[in-house]
Amino acid sequence: MSVIELQNVSRAFTVSSRTGLRRTRREVRAVDGLSFTVEPGEVVGYIGPNGAGKSTTIKMLTGILVPSDGTIRVAGVDPSRNRMKLAKRIGVVFGQRTTLWWDLPLKDSFAVLQKMYGVPRARHAENLATFVELLDLGDLLDVPVRQLSLGQRMRGDIAAALLHDPEIVYLDEPTIGLDIISKARLREFLAEVNKERGTTIILTTHDLDDIEALCSRVMVIDHGRQVYDGTLAGLRASQSAPRTLVVDLASSMPPITVDGATVTKVDGPRQHLTFPTSTSAAPLVAQIAANYPLVDLSVAEPTIESIIARLYTAATPTP
Amino acid sequence: MMWVRSSLAYPASFLLMLVSQALITGTDFIAVLLMFSHLKSFGGFSLAEMALLYGTASMTLGLADLATGSVERIGQRIRGGELDVWLIRPVPAFLQAVTDNFALRRLGRPLQALLVMAIALGNLPINWTVPKVLLLAISLISGSIIFAAIFVLGAAFQFISIDSAELANSFTYGGQQLTQYPLSIFGKNIVRAVTFVVPLAFVNYYPVLYLLDKPAPLGLPAWIGLLAPVVAVVMIALAALAWRGGLRRYRSTGS
Repeated sequence: MSVIELQNVSRAFTVSSRTGLRRTRREVRAVDGLSFTVEPGEVVGYIGPNGAGKSTTIKMLTGILVPSDGTIRVAGVDPSRNRMKLAKRIGVVFGQRTTLWWDLPLKDSFAVLQKMYGVPRARHAENLATFVELLDLGDLLDVPVRQLSLGQRMRGDIAAALLHDPEIVYLDEPTIGLDIISKARLREFLAEVNKERGTTIILTTHDLDDIEALCSRVMVIDHGRQVYDGTLAGLRASQSAPRTLVVDLASSMPPITVDGATVTKVDGPRQHLTFPTSTSAAPLVAQIAANYPLVDLSVAEPTIESIIARLYTAATPTP
Repeated sequence: MMWVRSSLAYPASFLLMLVSQALITGTDFIAVLLMFSHLKSFGGFSLAEMALLYGTASMTLGLADLATGSVERIGQRIRGGELDVWLIRPVPAFLQAVTDNFALRRLGRPLQALLVMAIALGNLPINWTVPKVLLLAISLISGSIIFAAIFVLGAAFQFISIDSAELANSFTYGGQQLTQYPLSIFGKNIVRAVTFVVPLAFVNYYPVLYLLDKPAPLGLPAWIGLLAPVVAVVMIALAALAWRGGLRRYRSTGS
């Protein structure tokens, strides 16, 4: 049975703007006829440009916002009607703001949450020990939340969202503003939680690497409508956004010739080649290494923005 | 609970806060004392009777502020997004709103009020009967509830107009200023307003009149002071409805 079910869900906001003396009210549909299901244990990347309706969807799934139209079932119940009951079964992380208590040490915040969610003491201690170890929180437990760095706070927030063994976790931009090491550690942790506990994870992000590392499934939303639902590889392939191979040669050379790729830019000894997503980079690299004095190279994936931009301009959105 | 602990983290500073809070709120009463150095009675009230009025006004507001004063920050909490965080927890948002930044220093006002009330009662020749003791105790509770309901009503209004915190303050803190004087010194229209519109007169004025065997204004019966608990219940109901309405509006408009 699906753990999340949306059927034709819409959410309209009235925006009033003033032009001169006249006040005009306009209806904006932040989410417009959205339908999808999520199975238990899935890790879904939910992406889209700013203002696409991601946060609105998450707020409806948590029961904060009431949908204007359509039906939502999360863990078998209507979230807006059973908000507080559902709260014990879900965890939410807002990347931009903390759910912890600003002036309290981390461990006190956790203790408050244990009472609030009515988690059995033994279970709480067990979970806390696991998260302290996996998220490396040991030294931070006595530090007031306001003194934590962004990355430390985020780790604390994620532990807080998972302490009551939620079936579903919503993470709204959990890696925003984190350095590469913190991001990698976080992803590893989330993958572990998903594997060990079977927790369903819904993740909104701007970082394609988050999706790559974690998500078996990607949903793209724009202007409140779903424009893609499938695997990340499928998303890339469907849009055939070219990838870029950057090679550093021993010296400046005229544009090199490689089968299956074309040079787009020469910058001293550095040359940029583009090749289709469907082509593997390995044979290209072998070819270049065999024929040219190769010093270093890197492959740049198309950015999420460029893929999505293609998705929108495509005549018929891929289902 | 956690705010109590964070208040007590620095005991010396907490004590200073408490004392300064008591002194600041006590300055009003010093004004009354100065006034009585020139007058024998004010609006038909002696100094001791004024002290009782002042003490009960300050006590009820103080208790209401202690319990629900934090809800006035709801506008800020909506803007900052903390309300969303409260709404994802398995505890009513109202409970989280009133415990938000619970400030123990707010004990200062009730403590100071207790002192004034004790002095007042020691100097008043009230013929204490069981009903009168009960009336005093119950009217302190219902008065606190009326003030608390006004705090909550003001907060509920912030769901519609986020910057309206000051409006509620004019009825709570402003209401305390008003109710520490015999209302008969104000015009009839004010007395009508605080009886029938915003029932501040029931916080302490009517109960104290009854206690002191004084006649009620506007030709109202003397037993009107006994209606304070009824008014408090009505106010709770109104406040609860307004709060729920505000929250529903927030959840259906997202703003």
